[in-house]
Amino acid sequence: MRSRVETVWPPLAFGVGFVGLWEGAVTVFRIREFLLPKPSSIWEALLREWPSLRIAGWETGQIAVAGLVVGVASGALLALVTTRFTGFRDSLTPMAVAINATPIIALAPIFNAWFGLTDPRSNQAVVVAVVFFPVFINTARGLTQVETSHLELMRSLAASEWTILTRVRIPNAIPFFVTSLRLAAPLSVIAAIVAEYFGGPQNRIGPVITQNASFARYDNAWAAIVVASAIGLGLFALATLAERYATPWKEPVHHP
Amino acid sequence: MSVPAVSIGALDMTFNAGTRSEVTALTSIDLDIEPGEFVSLIGPSGCGKSTLLRIIADLQIPTTGTVSVFGKAAHQARLDRDYGMAFQRAALFDWRRVHANVELPLELIGWSKEEREARAREMLALVKLTGFGDHYPWQLSGGMQQRVAIARALAFRPKLLLMDEPFGALDEMTREHMQTELLRIYGELGTTVVFVTHSIPEAVFLSSRVVVLSARPGTIHSIIGVDLGSRDEDTREHADFFEKTTEVREALREIEGDHT
Amino acid sequence: MPVPPSRSRIAAATRQGVTIVVALALLAGVWEGYKAMGTATGGVWPGTSIELLVAPNDLIMPHVQDIWGTLWEPVQRERDEILAVFLLKSAGFTLLEAAAGFAVGVTVGLLLAVLMLRSKVAERGILPWINISQTVPLIALAPIIVTWGVSTVLSKPQAVALIASYLTFFPVAVNGLRGLQSPTRADVDLMRSLAAPWRATLFKLRFPAARPYLFPAFKLAATLSVVGAIVGEISSGVGGGLGRVILDFASRYTTGPPRLYAAVVMAAVLGLFVFGLVSVIERTLLHGRTQPTLT
Repeated sequence: MRSRVETVWPPLAFGVGFVGLWEGAVTVFRIREFLLPKPSSIWEALLREWPSLRIAGWETGQIAVAGLVVGVASGALLALVTTRFTGFRDSLTPMAVAINATPIIALAPIFNAWFGLTDPRSNQAVVVAVVFFPVFINTARGLTQVETSHLELMRSLAASEWTILTRVRIPNAIPFFVTSLRLAAPLSVIAAIVAEYFGGPQNRIGPVITQNASFARYDNAWAAIVVASAIGLGLFALATLAERYATPWKEPVHHP
Repeated sequence: MSVPAVSIGALDMTFNAGTRSEVTALTSIDLDIEPGEFVSLIGPSGCGKSTLLRIIADLQIPTTGTVSVFGKAAHQARLDRDYGMAFQRAALFDWRRVHANVELPLELIGWSKEEREARAREMLALVKLTGFGDHYPWQLSGGMQQRVAIARALAFRPKLLLMDEPFGALDEMTREHMQTELLRIYGELGTTVVFVTHSIPEAVFLSSRVVVLSARPGTIHSIIGVDLGSRDEDTREHADFFEKTTEVREALREIEGDHT
Repeated sequence: MPVPPSRSRIAAATRQGVTIVVALALLAGVWEGYKAMGTATGGVWPGTSIELLVAPNDLIMPHVQDIWGTLWEPVQRERDEILAVFLLKSAGFTLLEAAAGFAVGVTVGLLLAVLMLRSKVAERGILPWINISQTVPLIALAPIIVTWGVSTVLSKPQAVALIASYLTFFPVAVNGLRGLQSPTRADVDLMRSLAAPWRATLFKLRFPAARPYLFPAFKLAATLSVVGAIVGEISSGVGGGLGRVILDFASRYTTGPPRLYAAVVMAAVLGLFVFGLVSVIERTLLHGRTQPTLT
């Protein structure tokens, strides 16, 4: 179990050290709480505000997860469909890469206009749009970047395109796909929160942060961040777990 | 005379024909390979030996000329799965366990699960990998991976085995060991083998005939018959082994000489 | 056999350009076609009574030509400045924030990479946190970071740049470490056999070897810095840049829907501009030095 100790302890020590340093620095240098609250104050705020934070986390989390599911499914599906139409895909992929480089989150107000400010679909659509592109790009890459020798082998066995798709391309794309999940999971939470800055129901993480910040209740705002981070981390952990289970053939490497 | 295993007639292969970057890879190749023969293709890099093998496998279409495998057009032979193929890279699917890699061709042919498993066990025993069936490829050494690839190529007992520098990436010791193993398997199964290599001792040790190709354009320079009888590790130290390697080496030097 | 690279590159660029123009034309066509169909059917799918996903009226989906037209109208009644100029200025402002964020992020990322290269303990201790850092939606803290920055030494745009740098340091640190660790044992041993000091190994071997890893990271970081700057402006409300413009136009949406669309398109153009810029720089610097990637 030596390796387990080696992978768990250093990050844990750094984490604890970081929080300790933070707490100590705020106390020793008497940093005003409105600039940087102590971890202990944030913790207190988290316990105190838990009833409203729980609701906010649930609301925002739901939007993030719904958008994530739809975005991932449609991205992977489009990649799968376009493998058969190489010409189409070859012009689509660079375009997707370019679109992925644009601030897609800025579409939030447009989706608000489309679906209505209070309709959850508005914010879900932002998450879908943000998640879609990395998943599509990665999965398409996995489906096409197949070893030439694998293709030659299949051809030498007179395999049909369909057989090549199911026996070579899809298994080859699985690691690419799950990697894109790890990218997309935290993105979904960020996209959901930023979308909330354009208005809509006030009981969600984004508005809770701005309201508390405008009343100088920074401890509460940080507590909301902690809740949002927990959601992001949870989804990230799920994606990492999925990666491990979906690719049992991989040489085990220590993922942080 | 029976039908030749491979018959190549008046074959030409030109890449990018009609453009500025036109390259004649192979020209006027005539070659017959009898069933049960072990034929090596050797030559300087760029002589088109791999291309020739790929043409036999119908992975490449020749510009002109005919290729038949057991009397059929190469294309039909591929569809009928008349040959097995092994590449320089083992080309194992890393998401499949070893036995599932060996079973792949059988799956494509449509064998039942029981039949496949039985044959995979048999093949793994043949290449001396009994007990490794449930491993993933990354858990095996390069030599073991290559043995899995050979087991896969032979799984459906093709009458012809096409090998494209299969031992090229292995170290010398492993390589010699693999050569002996291949000869044993060849002896047990009685297949026909066409073997591309750039190693002179390898070609001489393995083959009944060595086809020496010259480069640019690739043509058959000479065909050297080898008869070393039954071979083992000691064969590499025999006088007739040296004699034949010298003969092949001189043929290759002659080709080099033409170009310098 | 290789075709002369210049010709194939020009051909590829032309093809890309044509594809983009065709795609844009297609998008505009679908947009207008959808509107026309929706107006004709009275807002339902043809032949059914199922309502369309998005109402096809001009308030929700302005005409393409109206979005184009609004670019040439004054921003406000009493000002001469037309929207196009105003948006370009705002984009320039955001670009500066992004550039500053990029510079800070790349510096921090490279420093972290070298630190982790130097010390195994640091690598094992920090790398997991670097990965986790990206799951923390610090972007959401933008309002606080801006308050915090302003009450110390930073101006508001500098605070936004700081937010942008939070997104950019990540790929640089992770890919940088991978690149710096990419030289083989033999390469490192060669440097050692020459008794090269650690710094020489770093600058003459490790950094050059890291280039194929670093450039993709820079490319990603550059585009992320624009995203970070815009999102930072949106979440903090800092004025002067495109993010704030989008926020303002969104809050006054009913007074001019095409203006919001124009601003969002400008944000996309800015993202594409930076993406293209870094691609060109990458191609110029790395041309012929690395193997073309196989597809």
